[in-house]
Amino acid sequence: MFKHYFEKIHNVEVWPIISLTIFFVFFVGLMVYVWRMKKDYVEEMSDIPLADDATTISPDFKNENH
Amino acid sequence: MELQQFKYDNKIVKYFVIATVTFGLIGMLVGILMATQLFLPEANLGLQFTTFGRIRPLHTNAVIFAFVGNAMFAGVYYSMQRLLKTRMFSDRLSWIHFWGWQLIILAAVITLPLGLSTSKEYAELEWPIDIAITVIWVVFGINMIGTILKRRERHMYVAIWFYIATFVTVAVLHLVNSFEIPVTMFKSYSWYAGVQDALVQWWYGHNAVAFFLTTPFLGIMYYFLPKAANRPVYSYKLSIIHFWSLIFIYIWAGPHHLLYTSLPNWAQSLGTVFSIMLIAPSWGGMLNGLLTLRGAWDRVREDPVLKFMVVAVTAYGMATLEGPLLSIKNVNAIAHFTDWIIAHVHVGGLGWNGFLIFGMLYWMIPRMWGTKLYSTKLANTHFWIGTLGIIVYALPLYTAGVVQSLMWKSFNAEGFLEYPNFLETVTQIVPMYMMRAVGGVLYLTGAIMMAYNLVKTAKQGSFIAEEAAEAPALEKKKIVGGHWHAVLERKPVIFTALTLVAIVIGGVVEMVPTFLIKSNIPTIESVKPYTPLELHGRDLYIKEGCNNCHTQMVRPFRSETERYGEYSKAGEFVYDHPFLWGSKRTGPDLHRVGGKYNNVWHFNHMLDPTSTSPGSIMPPYAWLFTQSIDLDETAGKIKALRTVGVPYAEGYEATANDDLMKQAREITADLAASDIEISEQAEIVALIAYLQRLGTDIKVKSNDQNP
Repeated sequence: MFKHYFEKIHNVEVWPIISLTIFFVFFVGLMVYVWRMKKDYVEEMSDIPLADDATTISPDFKNENH
Repeated sequence: MELQQFKYDNKIVKYFVIATVTFGLIGMLVGILMATQLFLPEANLGLQFTTFGRIRPLHTNAVIFAFVGNAMFAGVYYSMQRLLKTRMFSDRLSWIHFWGWQLIILAAVITLPLGLSTSKEYAELEWPIDIAITVIWVVFGINMIGTILKRRERHMYVAIWFYIATFVTVAVLHLVNSFEIPVTMFKSYSWYAGVQDALVQWWYGHNAVAFFLTTPFLGIMYYFLPKAANRPVYSYKLSIIHFWSLIFIYIWAGPHHLLYTSLPNWAQSLGTVFSIMLIAPSWGGMLNGLLTLRGAWDRVREDPVLKFMVVAVTAYGMATLEGPLLSIKNVNAIAHFTDWIIAHVHVGGLGWNGFLIFGMLYWMIPRMWGTKLYSTKLANTHFWIGTLGIIVYALPLYTAGVVQSLMWKSFNAEGFLEYPNFLETVTQIVPMYMMRAVGGVLYLTGAIMMAYNLVKTAKQGSFIAEEAAEAPALEKKKIVGGHWHAVLERKPVIFTALTLVAIVIGGVVEMVPTFLIKSNIPTIESVKPYTPLELHGRDLYIKEGCNNCHTQMVRPFRSETERYGEYSKAGEFVYDHPFLWGSKRTGPDLHRVGGKYNNVWHFNHMLDPTSTSPGSIMPPYAWLFTQSIDLDETAGKIKALRTVGVPYAEGYEATANDDLMKQAREITADLAASDIEISEQAEIVALIAYLQRLGTDIKVKSNDQNP
C-alpha cells in the first residue's frame, strides 16, 4: 500500500536536499534566537518548576528540602 | 487578576506509581529467569510458556511498557499539572488511560508466553492489542493536549515539549510499524517484507528507545532534578537547542541496527552519520542535568534522590556516547549480535531509566503522602546495591561480547576458523552469563527494598489525593510580538505540528527511496515463496521466538562466509513477512542452515540439543513433537500473504494442504528410514521443513544471483 503511494512521488531525489536546507535554516534560526534571548525571560522560564511550590495552599503540606 | 483555586489530582499519580513498582519487580524477575536459562536451560521449568524465546519479549515489553511506561505516566501526570498550574484536562480520560494501559499489559502477559507474537522487537504484541495501544495512546494525547490548552501558565516549560514530542512520535512509530494483515484473531503478517520490514522495524525500534525511554525521561529530568536540587536548570538556552536537535536527529539513526546487513549501503551510512551527530544533543542534555547540581554537590552525599539522579544522568551520558561509537561500522562489526549490545542497553535501562525512576519515586511519595521518607538509610543501601548490580551486570557482558566476537573472527595459521564449532564460543562465556544473573539479582534486591521503603513511607503519612492550589487565570489578551519561539511556546497546537514535521522528515527521507527505487533490492529469480508446510514451520519459528537467539543474516565478512556460507542478499528476503534477521547470536546464524544437516539431526537436536551438540544451552523443545499444526489455518495464511504481495496463484489456498501433506510425508518417510515415527502434522515436521528451506533458494541456479 505505502509502496504504491511512494512510487508515484516525482522527483523524490530532491527530498534529501530539501531536508538539509530545512535543517540548516532551522538550526541557524534556533541559534540566533537562543543567542538573543532576554536574560529575565530565561530566568523566568527556568524558575517555572521551582515556582509551583508557591501555588500549593494545603497547610499540612510543605516542600521542605531534605 | 483573579486568583483561581483548583486541585491537583494525586490519585492518578498514585495508581501509576503502584503499577510502576509492581511491574518493575515482575519485569526484573522475568529477566532473572531468562538470564538463568542461559547457563541452566532447565530453568525454563520444562514448560513452553516459560522458555527463553517466549519470555524474552515478555521481559522487554514488561520493562519498557509496563515499568518504564507507567513511571513515565506517573511523572508526566505529576509534573504536568504543576508546570501548567492546572488539574489534568479530564479525570475520566486519566482513568481510561490508566486502566486501558494496565489491560494492555495484562493482554501482553497472557499472549506472549502463549507464543502469540509478531516477532518484531518491542512490537511483538498482536494486532488486536496494537489497536488497543493506539486507542489508549490517543486518550493520553487528548488528555495531555487538553491540559496544555487549559493551563494557567502562559509559557510551556521545556519538560512539556519533551512530553509532546513523546506523544506525537510514539504515535507515528506505532502506527507505521504495526501495519499488518490479520490472519486469525491472534496472528498477522507484517505488511512489509524483508529489507523494507527490517528498515521500518529498526526505525521503530531505535526510536522507541529515543521517544519512549529517552524524551519523556529528559522531561522528567528537567522537572524533578531542579526540584530535588532546589535550583533552576543550569542553562535553559541549552535545553532549547538540546530539545530540537535531539528530535531532529534521533529519528534518522535507526539503520545503525542494520550495519553490514542486506540493507542498501546509503541507508547504513545515513544511520551512522546521524548516530554520531547524536552525541552533541545527548551530551548537551547530560551536561545540563549534571551542571544543574553546581554548588549542590555536598547535598548529593546525603540525599538518596540526588544520588540516584546523578548516576542516572551519568549512565545516560555513557550510553549515549557508547551508542554512536557502536554505530561506527568497524566497531559495530565486533559488537553487533554479541552480548556487548545487551550490556549497552542495560546501562541505559538499569542506569538511566531505572535510577531516574527510583529517584523520582523517592522524591514524590513523601510529598504525596505529606511525610518524610521512612528510611533514608535503606534508600542509600538501595542506591549502593543497585549501582553494584549495574556494574556486576554490565562488566561480564562487555567481556563476554568482546571475547565471543574475537573467537568468531579468529583464524588459525592455515587460514581456517580457529573455533569452527560455534558452541566453543558459547561455553567460553557461560561463566559471564552466571555473573550477569547475579548482577540482576542485586538490582532486583534493591528494588524490593525500595518497594518496602515506599510502602512504609505511605503508611506513616496520609495520602493527599486532592492537593489544593491557586494561581491567577491566564489572561486571554492577545500578545503580539515577542520572539517566534516565545510565540511557539504559547501555541501548543502549532508546536505539536512542528514537532511532527521534524520527526516525519527523517523517517520519510530514509524509507521512501527504499520502497521506491527498485535497484535498492535486486530481485533474485530463483527465490520462491515458501511452501504451505514451510510457512507453518516459519510461523512456529516466530511463535517459539527462535529469532531471539538466532540471526538469519550472514554478514559479508570472511569469518562469517567461512562459518555459515554465502552472505545474505537483499533479494532473498522478498517474501519474508515479517523479516527474521534477529539482533543477537546466542546460537549460530541460521540463514544458510538449510541442507546443512539431515532431517534426523534436526529431529534429535530439537528433542534434546545436547544429544547432537554437547554443552549446548538451547532448551529441549519436547512440545513440538506432541502438538500439531492447524491445517484449517493454511488457506487464511496463503490468502493474507497474497494480499501483501506474495505471488501465490489465485485459488492455491484450496489445494495448499495437499502440497503440505505431500511434503510432510516426504519428511516423515525420511525419518522413518532411521526408525523415527512421527505424525505428519506434528509441529516438528513443519519446523524441519522450514529450517531445511532456509537460504537454499540461491543455490538452485547459482547464475541467477544478483550480486
